[in-house]
Amino acid sequence: MDKFTTILADALEMDIAAVKGSDKFREYEEWDSLAVLSVIAMIKQNYGITIPRKEFDTLLTIEELYSYISANKG
Amino acid sequence: MSAKISQIQYYLPENVLSNEYLVTQHPEWNPQKVESKVGIRNRHIALPEETALDMAVKAAEKLLVTVDPNTIDFVLFCTQSPDHLLPTSACIAQERLGLRTNIGSMDFNLGCSGYIYGLALAKGLISSGVAGNVLLLTGETYSKFMAVSDISNRSIFGDAATASLISKSDNDHIGEFVLGTDGKGAENLIVRNIGAKNSFSSINGERPELYMNGPEIFNFTIETIPPLVEAVCVKNRIARNDVDYVILHQANKYIIEFLISTIGLDPSKCHIDMLEYGNTVSNTIPIALKDSWDRGLIKTGDKVLLAGFGVGYSWGSTIIRV
Repeated sequence: MDKFTTILADALEMDIAAVKGSDKFREYEEWDSLAVLSVIAMIKQNYGITIPRKEFDTLLTIEELYSYISANKG
Repeated sequence: MSAKISQIQYYLPENVLSNEYLVTQHPEWNPQKVESKVGIRNRHIALPEETALDMAVKAAEKLLVTVDPNTIDFVLFCTQSPDHLLPTSACIAQERLGLRTNIGSMDFNLGCSGYIYGLALAKGLISSGVAGNVLLLTGETYSKFMAVSDISNRSIFGDAATASLISKSDNDHIGEFVLGTDGKGAENLIVRNIGAKNSFSSINGERPELYMNGPEIFNFTIETIPPLVEAVCVKNRIARNDVDYVILHQANKYIIEFLISTIGLDPSKCHIDMLEYGNTVSNTIPIALKDSWDRGLIKTGDKVLLAGFGVGYSWGSTIIRV
């Protein structure tokens, strides 16, 4: 989870100290259409999966995103 | 009978939509980020009375300065912005370009994969002896499908048209094709509100509206294009390292850089340039091909991998020898 938070902060070009597992990432000021692409790219590069949009939209916090990836990665 | 791309010309509408202007309309928008990450500074936008067909005719007229119009015996026009539902825009192009009447003309409706499909069709027409000189036109005006408030799509897409002459040749310059289709992506890039499905509601003054599910299109691209590039190399019996230059559909800089790194391509051999054009849909590949030639990035004999992908979903790739 710590590693995930670190690479997520990196993808969002945010300070790691400003990113917590319980955060709703869409509420970050940095969250925009390019941030979405960065996160998709980061997940594909590090975990080898893409998340269908319908499922991605139901994942609200960083912890939920990480749980989904953990359960679905190849 | 073999085929080659003999010549390419393109036309960009004069009207330019710049990042500087867009930010005056949307102060919350970040023009520096769009230029550095998306790779777009300006897009050319057709005037209200200017259509994809008008622009394609202008591109073709440039080409016909050095090509005898009487030698053209087939017109293929790739567009998703036809002047009318009917007649076929390619038929109008035949008349406006002063081409012979004993030739074939047809439109085909594809987006970002369209140029690859056009090359496949032209090669088929030539190798079967149906035609000897195919005028392959692309023309697109997605700007006509966007509301002024639609900053996401307006910042990405630009209008343009191109004209390519595909001719019979002694050697095969257009290689083997790998094509793909997956209609389950139809909903993710769509103009839904105008068409027979909705009783042509435009008669009520409703503007056609482009919807793009960006994240889902990105998912499709990163799942589909790396294996596509692999497959087209195998089918053409060419090692990836022996490809001299790669032109992927110029969707945006971010996506292309991600594909280059995922596939493991040499960035110095890959085309990235939509800075002054934006994503011009079916026009990006022929524009990039002509620019690469004009700038000396490719030379006679080079093997150039082309790949298009997008709306449909539809994708395709081939390797040409310049």
